[in-house]
Amino acid sequence: MKTECPVCGAEIGLAKDAVQGELIECTDCGTELEVVSVDPPKVQEAPQEEEDWGE
Amino acid sequence: MKVNVSIVGASGYTGGELLRLLLFHPDVEVKQVTSESYTGKFVYKIHPNLRKSTALKFVSANELEPCDLLFLCLPHNSSQNKIDEYKKLAPKIIDLSADFRLKDLNEYEKWYGHKHARPELLNEFVYGIPELHREEMKKANFISSAGCNATASILGLYPLYKNGIVELDRTVIEVKVGSSEGGNKVNEGSHHPERAGVVRSYQPTQHRHTAEMLQEMSFGKQIQIHFSATAIDMVRGLLATCHVFLKEDLHEKEIWKIYRDAYANEPFIRIVKESDGIYRFPEPKLLSGTNFCDIGFKKDEFSNRLVVISAIDNLMKGAAGQALQAFNIMYGLNERTGLNFPGLHPI
Repeated sequence: MKTECPVCGAEIGLAKDAVQGELIECTDCGTELEVVSVDPPKVQEAPQEEEDWGE
Repeated sequence: MKVNVSIVGASGYTGGELLRLLLFHPDVEVKQVTSESYTGKFVYKIHPNLRKSTALKFVSANELEPCDLLFLCLPHNSSQNKIDEYKKLAPKIIDLSADFRLKDLNEYEKWYGHKHARPELLNEFVYGIPELHREEMKKANFISSAGCNATASILGLYPLYKNGIVELDRTVIEVKVGSSEGGNKVNEGSHHPERAGVVRSYQPTQHRHTAEMLQEMSFGKQIQIHFSATAIDMVRGLLATCHVFLKEDLHEKEIWKIYRDAYANEPFIRIVKESDGIYRFPEPKLLSGTNFCDIGFKKDEFSNRLVVISAIDNLMKGAAGQALQAFNIMYGLNERTGLNFPGLHPI
């Protein structure tokens, strides 16, 4: 089951036992992704808390 | 059967770094290392990190014996004046100086301000960035290793220029460099109380490495690259921040594709662009001692500006590491041989 990272366009392979709502990471850009659909496979950027980067 | 190599000018930082790599390369035997200032001394006296790694002593260049390949780690304007002597000693040469990087004699004279001693040899040398000239290197006998600032800048921008997606006259590059880029010769400016803590704008315009960028990225067109260099309080490392302007309003996903197409199979290039964590973009300190070039980018949402960030260790991917990568290609070896160090963290 393959789909595409919405951020960088890398191919994302979903595991056979992937479930809706599961969080995965894109191996190319490291973005945390949420599986929003298994069939057809679809992911979106997982919601992130605003982060203080220490600057 | 090991390749017998010697290093001419091995007492400098680049020569020392190259020796560090070669001593642990499984297919290399280091035969001789030269230094006119330290002839007769053990190399560890000058490169203390090599203590107990080798019993080699520096010899004078006059004592050089024939070998399979010579690495030339000499100051600028030295190799070109003695190249015939070196060619008699070895059938293959990798020159780490700037002497044979530029292919156009006029450009050489314009940027270096003097006549070239052996202009007819400029085109015998392959320009030494493997990611651009790998196929030529496989057949080459002479390679001219690229400048450190040029390497970081070119690797960062090459896919964009090659695909023709940036305006050709609006590229601005600012590099921040460490003190080792200045070599091991001391001067008033390198004296610790003066050098420590500086943010020294040492070459705002006319940096010679610009000529290499123009040569490698023009693709037959007239381009302009506006380059500045700033020395900061760091020993190793180089960060190039490159500002280019896109001809079309591309999305970051499309930029990702361009870099992925160019570098997905490159062993020493990593795209570093993350939305969280503390190392979201390339960071030179993580690359100390490695041969990686890390490249990241960010598209300005309010304009067509794309900022490309590229980091290397100037002594590695910017000098000795890249020369060894070229050596591996010349001899049909695995490109990663002797270059697998992943770096340190924390550092």
